[in-house]
Amino acid sequence: MLIERKWKKWLYFYLPVAAFIVFTLFPFYWMAVTAFRPDAELYATWRQPNAAPLWTLHPTFEHVVGLMKTTAFPTWLWNTMAIAIVSTGISLVCGTFAGYALARLRFRGSEFLGTAIFITYLVPQTLLFIPLADIVRDFQLGNTPWALMLTYPTFLIPFCTWLLMGYFKTIPKELEECARIDGATRFGAMVRIILPVAIPGILSAGIFAFTLSWNEFIYALIFMSSAERKTVPVGVVSELIRGDIFFWGQLMAGALLGSVPVALVYSFFVEYYVTGLTGSVKG
Amino acid sequence: MANVSIRSLNKYYDNGFHAVKDVSLEIPDKAFVVLVGPSGCGKTTTLRMLAGLEEISSGEIFIGTERVNDLPPMDRNIAMVFQNYALYPHKTVFDNMAFGLQMRKYQKEEIRKRVGEAAEILGIEALLERKPRQLSGGQRQRVAVGRAIVRHPQVFLFDEPLSNLDAKLRVQMRVELKRLHERLETTAVYVTHDQVEAMTLGDRVVVMKDGRVQQVGAPLELYGRPANRFVAGFIGSPAMNFVNVSVTGAGDALWAEAEGLRVKIPSQFAGRIAHKRLTLGVRPEALRLANGVDDYSFATEVDVVEPLGNEILLNFRAGGVPMVARVDPGTHVAAHDAVRFALDPARLHFFDAETEAAL
Repeated sequence: MLIERKWKKWLYFYLPVAAFIVFTLFPFYWMAVTAFRPDAELYATWRQPNAAPLWTLHPTFEHVVGLMKTTAFPTWLWNTMAIAIVSTGISLVCGTFAGYALARLRFRGSEFLGTAIFITYLVPQTLLFIPLADIVRDFQLGNTPWALMLTYPTFLIPFCTWLLMGYFKTIPKELEECARIDGATRFGAMVRIILPVAIPGILSAGIFAFTLSWNEFIYALIFMSSAERKTVPVGVVSELIRGDIFFWGQLMAGALLGSVPVALVYSFFVEYYVTGLTGSVKG
Repeated sequence: MANVSIRSLNKYYDNGFHAVKDVSLEIPDKAFVVLVGPSGCGKTTTLRMLAGLEEISSGEIFIGTERVNDLPPMDRNIAMVFQNYALYPHKTVFDNMAFGLQMRKYQKEEIRKRVGEAAEILGIEALLERKPRQLSGGQRQRVAVGRAIVRHPQVFLFDEPLSNLDAKLRVQMRVELKRLHERLETTAVYVTHDQVEAMTLGDRVVVMKDGRVQQVGAPLELYGRPANRFVAGFIGSPAMNFVNVSVTGAGDALWAEAEGLRVKIPSQFAGRIAHKRLTLGVRPEALRLANGVDDYSFATEVDVVEPLGNEILLNFRAGGVPMVARVDPGTHVAAHDAVRFALDPARLHFFDAETEAAL
């Protein structure tokens, strides 16, 4: 290893990594460039003199300003944020208890229940929205944030339960046995010992759930009808594509601003997130 | 301070496995009792039932005068040290040790005093502000023991506490645990699969196999008078040599015979022989190089010599099985030498070949 030639490391490591990074980040880059490109440049052909297809010569905020003025984008952001936070919160609470119970308590049918919860996660949303639409209408929740806050957990809870169940199983059961000998009830041992230890797992379940509900499209499209109730993914697509006209600049500005919060959440918790997925607790 | 009484204890798991079979034990106050046996012998299950972590299928457990069958672990006034230490990873050493006292609503002053005392006994005062992941294996072990002793419980339970330590540290901690027990004078029940640990730590050793108690006794009692072939083979290292022999009568004496081996059966066994088939047991140190031919000697060839420094182990075959003799370091024997071994007639063991019980 020590006397391995440098070019080998370049060829087998840096080059593939660079290619991979370019490949994954290019759409994001294209979105950012388009958001700040003036219309004149946006619709010019590549063959015209001074064309700069991969960057912009006259960066502008006109699309961002346009997005804020002509659409309800700030409201969409707010809607999306509120819905994602509430549905993530509900799902984490339910998922934590369910995951703990499935991982630790021995009761009749616990394995069947675990599998059943997993299977509900596999039912595609494109089928599930039909009965859900009926229920949402019966409870007169249509076009209110509650329609999404309460339907998102239908796929978030199974997801969180399954992820947290796996995480709880990696925590040595001696920890809570010791706590119970030390004087805690089972619930006390869970709250005081197991939950603090499980924070990386709970955080990564939370980040995943938050991202899933932030990006959710089909329920938001169907249960929300008025423009000011929409979430970012639906709002941007439905209000900035009018007929066959694509407002590319504003679309991309909306997409860029919409993805920033998720990127921020990820970058804050990335360390927890990694230990959460690899699930290692060392006494 | 309390004695522990276990009466006809049984454990059936949900899959029908009968893990603990009719175990009865009387553990006197301040005793250090070691449960020892191969894995799957029910020793840990017994300990966990005593701790309240495992439900009791049938039988009774008393701690002091109180029947604890239906008490939750927290109300049994016990402390347990686990094999993997089970330190709370998010708490400091101090908080780990204080947790049990905090749960029992002790005053802050009292908690600080008790944790300080325990830390001093174990020499971990400098570590109190650290988190478990910053500690070495031996330090974690000490913290785990410290967490148990701050509560001044009636009974200490140890579940293979030394098996995650390296060999050298294990020997050191073994002695420290023994000292600690002398000092604290609290009843202790200790589970291990290591017979050396069992012999050095226990006032009384309980040998278990397949969920049943095989023998209970002081270490030297188990070594000198094993109740059956399993105990004889389990206690002692290198293990006792076993040869299947058949009993023949010649003159007024009985002889134990196997291929290439003919040994007189000492007269005290004669009245107890029920079968023609027996198992002869000889500890490696009950064999020595013979000076001449007598009723207790046989010829063989040494195939491997293990010079250990304080002793030499001679490996050979006799009666159709491999055997080991432990001889003085001054003995001059090389591999493939033809030798004659003599058995010490006072240290022979005979076991019934069918029931495996000692004669």
